[in-house]
Amino acid sequence: MPRKKTTRSNGTEDSEVAIAQSLEGLPEGLTTGDLVDSYTNMIMVRTMDERIWALNRQGKVPIAASCQGHEAAQLGSLLAAQKDGRCFLFPYYRDLGLKMAAGLTPTQVMLSFMGKEGEPYSNARQFPLQGADLEHNIIQISNVVGAGLTQAVGYALACKMQDDDTVVLTYFGDGASSQGEAHEAMNFAGVHQLPVIFVCENNHYAISVPQSRQMATDDLASRAQGYGFPGFTVDGMDIVRCYEATREAISHARTQGPVLLEMQVERLMPHTTDDDHLRYRTQEELDSANQRDPVVNFGSDLLARGIITQEKFEAIKAEALQAINEATDVADAANPPDPSTMWGRVYSE
Amino acid sequence: MAVKNVIEAVREALREEMQRDSKVFILGEDVGRRGGVFLATHELIDEFGESRVIDTPLAEASIMGIALGAAFRGMRPIPEVQFSDFIWPAMNQLIGETARACYGTNGALPVPMTIRVPYGGGIRGGLFHSQNVETIFFHTPGLKVVAPATPYDAKGLLKSAIRDNSPVVFLEHKKTYRLVRGELPEEEYTLPIGQADIKRAGENITVVSYGLMLHYCLEAAEAVAGEGIDVEVVDLRTLKPLDKETVLNSVKKTGKLLIVHEDNVTGGVGAEIAALAADEAFEYLDAPVTRLCGPDVPTMPFAQTLEDEYMPNTDKIAQALRKQAAY
Amino acid sequence: MAMILELPHVGESVVEGTIGKWLKQPGDKLTRYEPLVEVITDKVTMEVPSPVDGSLLKILAQEGETVPMGAPIAELETADGSNGSAPTPESVPTTVAPAEPTPAPASTQQSATTGTTGYLVKNINPVGPTGGGVGTEQENRGADQDEPSAPPLQPAPSTSDAPGGSSRPSPAVRRLAKEHGVDLAQVRGTGMGGRITRDDLIRYVEGKQSTPATSTQALPATVEAGPDEQHVPLTPIRRMIADAMVRSVTQIPHAWSTVEVDVTGLVALRTQVRAAFQQSEGVDLTYLPFAIKAVAEALKKYPTLNASWGGDKIILKRRINVGIAVAAPHGLVVPVIHDADRLSITGLATALRDLTQRARQNKLTIEDVQGGTFTLNNTGALGSIVSYPIINHPQAAIVTTEAIQKRAVVRDDAIAIRSMMNICMAFDHRINDGAESGAFLQAVKSRLESIGPDTPIY
Repeated sequence: MPRKKTTRSNGTEDSEVAIAQSLEGLPEGLTTGDLVDSYTNMIMVRTMDERIWALNRQGKVPIAASCQGHEAAQLGSLLAAQKDGRCFLFPYYRDLGLKMAAGLTPTQVMLSFMGKEGEPYSNARQFPLQGADLEHNIIQISNVVGAGLTQAVGYALACKMQDDDTVVLTYFGDGASSQGEAHEAMNFAGVHQLPVIFVCENNHYAISVPQSRQMATDDLASRAQGYGFPGFTVDGMDIVRCYEATREAISHARTQGPVLLEMQVERLMPHTTDDDHLRYRTQEELDSANQRDPVVNFGSDLLARGIITQEKFEAIKAEALQAINEATDVADAANPPDPSTMWGRVYSE
Repeated sequence: MAVKNVIEAVREALREEMQRDSKVFILGEDVGRRGGVFLATHELIDEFGESRVIDTPLAEASIMGIALGAAFRGMRPIPEVQFSDFIWPAMNQLIGETARACYGTNGALPVPMTIRVPYGGGIRGGLFHSQNVETIFFHTPGLKVVAPATPYDAKGLLKSAIRDNSPVVFLEHKKTYRLVRGELPEEEYTLPIGQADIKRAGENITVVSYGLMLHYCLEAAEAVAGEGIDVEVVDLRTLKPLDKETVLNSVKKTGKLLIVHEDNVTGGVGAEIAALAADEAFEYLDAPVTRLCGPDVPTMPFAQTLEDEYMPNTDKIAQALRKQAAY
Repeated sequence: MAMILELPHVGESVVEGTIGKWLKQPGDKLTRYEPLVEVITDKVTMEVPSPVDGSLLKILAQEGETVPMGAPIAELETADGSNGSAPTPESVPTTVAPAEPTPAPASTQQSATTGTTGYLVKNINPVGPTGGGVGTEQENRGADQDEPSAPPLQPAPSTSDAPGGSSRPSPAVRRLAKEHGVDLAQVRGTGMGGRITRDDLIRYVEGKQSTPATSTQALPATVEAGPDEQHVPLTPIRRMIADAMVRSVTQIPHAWSTVEVDVTGLVALRTQVRAAFQQSEGVDLTYLPFAIKAVAEALKKYPTLNASWGGDKIILKRRINVGIAVAAPHGLVVPVIHDADRLSITGLATALRDLTQRARQNKLTIEDVQGGTFTLNNTGALGSIVSYPIINHPQAAIVTTEAIQKRAVVRDDAIAIRSMMNICMAFDHRINDGAESGAFLQAVKSRLESIGPDTPIY
C-alpha cells in the first residue's frame, strides 16, 4: 500500500490517507477464513454490547460503555497484533470489542459487567474490564484517559531495554488526545524511537464535546509530525483497512519507531449507559452514522461476495445469542465477591 | 567506618543496587550527563550507560507514567523528581495510577518503583524549592513513604526501597544532603522499611520526628538534659507504614508526647500520631499530646527572617520540651 | 406463572420515570430482552426490556403516567413458569406508587419541615459515574423504619484551661491510682498548678508500700541523752503498734484460756505428705494451714467469736477473714487471709506463703491488711509454749499456736509419748463468756486431734 510520509508544510492536507482496496485483494497475512472468524467475533461482541445495555436497563449492570461503531477498528487492529504474536496492549474504556476478542469468554465478560466473583480484570474491584488481563497481554489501570499513553511508552521503553522486540499498542479516543500526557508520551516515544503504536479511535465526540471543540485541526494524524514519527488516518469502519494499517505499523514500530494511527469511527450509542446523546446530536446525524454500521456492512459484504452463506450468517447470529444468553444466566446466578475480599493486596508482598 | 554525607550515602545505595540488579534504572531531569542537580547520580551514567541513567524531557507526569509502564514490564525504575515542588504535575500517575495498580488488578501487577524526591526547606529555597510534600503520600493507601535523616539510614533504606515490590516515595531532605555526616559501614547492609529508630533513649518525654527536624530534636534534647528533663527521641525513618509499636511503647513509658515536623501542622503526620496516642495509649498519657510544626503558611519564604520565623529549630523545640515536661 | 414487572432503578434518574409508549399490548407474546416499554426519565429516554419469555397480561402504569422507580408497571405471564432474570420482588422496594409524582419512594422521612438541610433519599443506590440509580439487595439503611436519633451527646466538661491547673487527674494518674488503691486526696502534686503527676503517684505508692508512711531505712539513730540513758526515736510503725496495743488493753476486758492439743496424727500426716506436697504444689506444708482451718471451722460453729463489740450491740461478721501475725523487718504486721473458711489446706498454705513473703518484702497492699475478723499468732515458731496474747482491736478474740513438743502424757491409763501443742486464747469478755470461748477452743482442739495420716488435704 503506497504511503506518503507527512511533510513539513501546514499539516492537514498532506496527511496520509489510506487508500481503499477492494476485498478482492486481501492484504498480506489475511485469509477469508480470518474474515469469517472476524465477523463471528464481531457478532459476538455486538450481541454482548446490546445485551449489557439491556441489562443496565433492567438494573443488573450498573455501567456500560458501548463499542458499537468501533468494532472494525478494534477487531482489525487486534487481529494484526494477534497474528504478529509479540504485541502488548494498553486499551481504554471503550475497547469492549478488543478486550473480548482478545480471548475472554462471554461469561467472563458478563461477570465483569455485573461485578461478580471471578471477574477477570480485577475481581470486580474496578469498573468492568478494567485492571489487567495479563494472560492476553492487556493492561488498563484507570479511567484517567491519557494516563495509559505514558504507561505504554514506559512499557515499550522497558521492552527495548530488555532487548525484547515486543511492540506496544496504546488505544485512546479523540478526547484523550488533548491530555497533556498524550503529548508527553508521544514526545518521549519520538525522542527514544520506541516500539509503540498510538491508536486513536476518533469517533469525533468526547462525551458531548465535538471534535471541532477538541482540536483546531481536522485530523489527529498530522500531530505525529511534530514528534518526529509518521501518522496515518485510516477508515476505522473497514476491518480490512484497520488490519492492514496496524500490521504495517507493527512492522515499522519494531524496527524504526513510533506510529500514530488515527482510525476514524462512528460512535453509534451514547457515551455510556448514563448518557443521552440526543441532547447534543441530531437524529439525522445518528441515522447517517448507523448507515455505516461496521458490523452490518461487513456482514452484508461477506454475504454479497459469497464468503459466507445465508445459513452461516443466521447460524453465527443464533450461536452468539445462545452464548450470550448462557453467559447472562451464569453471571446472573454467580455471587458477588465476598466482602472480605475488599481487603488486602494494597501492597505487593 | 567511613564518614559520609547523605548525598554520598544515596549515591552509594543507587550504585550498589544498579550493580546488583540489571533491572534497576534511573530516569529524571539532568540525572545523566550532569549527574543530578545535587550530584546524587554523579558519574553513574559512566558506569551504567545512558540506557540505564536516562535524561528525560522536562515533563514530570511522563517521568512517573513511563516509570510505571516500565515497572509493569518487570523493571525496577527509580524516577527522580528534581525538587518536591515539581511533583504536582505527576500526581495523577502517582496517586491515581501507581498507588492503585496493585489493588486495582487484584494483586496481578506489583509496582517495584522508588520515587526519589529531594524536599524540605531551610536553604533559602523560597516557596518553590522548599516544599514538604510527604503528607499527601502518607495519606494514600498503596504507597510507602520513607524519610531518613542520616546517611546510615538513607543508604540502608534506599536499598530496601529499591528492592521493595511496592512503590516507595523516598524523601531526601535537601538540607541534610551535605550538612549531615555520619558513619557508613563498609559491608553490605539494608534497613527495614517500617521500623522507627530510637536515636536517644529517655524517661520523661517522647519526641517523635523525622528528616531534618530529627537533628534539631536531638540538639534540643541535649540542651534540656542539664535541666533534669530526659528526652527520648524517636526517629520515624519510615512514615508509612508507621511503626506504631515503637511510638506507642515510648509514649507509654514516658507518658508525654511532643511531635515535631517541618510540614504544615494541620493534617500533617503529627496529627495522625496524636490520634494514635489518644486512641491506643490513652491510659498512659500524663499530659496533652502536643505538636511543634511548620505553620499553616504555604511554604517557608525566601528572606532569611521570614524563613527563620517559619522553621522549627533547636530553641523552639527546647522551649516546647520544657513546657511539656513541666505539665 | 404471573409476575409483576417493576420499573427498574436505572439510568440517570434517581427517583422516577414516565411511561412513554407501550411497545406491546396485553395478550402479545414476549421474548426475553425484547423492548417492552419506553420510559422517559429526566435524563434519558430508555427502552425497558422484557425480563422473560412469555406474554403481557396487564398494563398497570398507563402511557403518560409518572411512577417512582420500583413501582409495578405491568403484569406478565412467564412461558415456562420461571422467573427468568427478572428482579426478584425483594430486590427493589415494593411500595405502590402514588399517582402524583412524589419523590423519595419508601422514604418515611419526608415531612412538612424538611428545612434547608433537606434529607437523604432512601432505597436508592446511585451507581455509575454520574450517579444513576440501581436498586440492589443491600439492606435499606433504615428506610423502612425511622431510627430514633440518638440524643445529642453532651459535650464532655472541658478540663481547666489553666495550664496544668486542672483538678482532673490525667489518664495515667487515674489508672495508677486505681491499680494501687490510692486515694488521690492523699497525694501531693508537684505538677503545673499543683496537679498530681504520674511520677508523684508512683512516688506515693512506693513510699506507702515500704512501710506505712515511712521510708525503708534502718533503725533511727539513738540519741545520747545524758551519761545514763540513750533515747531511741520512735519509728512510725513502732508508734502505731504502741497505740494499737494500748487501745486493745484499755478498751477490751481480756480473759485467757489454754488447751493442750495432741497433734501426733497431724505430725504424722505432715511428715508423710510434705515432700510430695512440695513437689506438686511448690509450697512447704507447715502446721499453720491446719490450725487456720480448724479455727475457721470452729468460728463457723461459734460465730460470736468472729465479732466486734458495738457499744450497744454485738456485731457478728459474716466473712471469716483470719489475720496471721507476721514478723516483718520493721515490725509486726497482720496480713489477712480473706474467707479462710472457703480455702482448702492447699489454698491456705499457698495464701500463707504469698502473704508472708510479701510481708517480709514490704509489698503488702492495703487490701492485704484490711478486713480481718480474727487473728492467729504462731508464737510457737519462737519457742513459746504458753502465751497471754493481746486481742487485735476490735476483734472478739485472738488465738496462738504454741510450739509442738514431744511429751510424756497419760493415755488410756498408760504413759505415752505424744506430740503436744498448746493453743492459747484471749477473748473479749464483754462479747463471750467462758462457756462459748471454751467450747470454741474445744472445737479447735478436736478438729486438730482428728487429723491423721489418712486425712485428705485437698
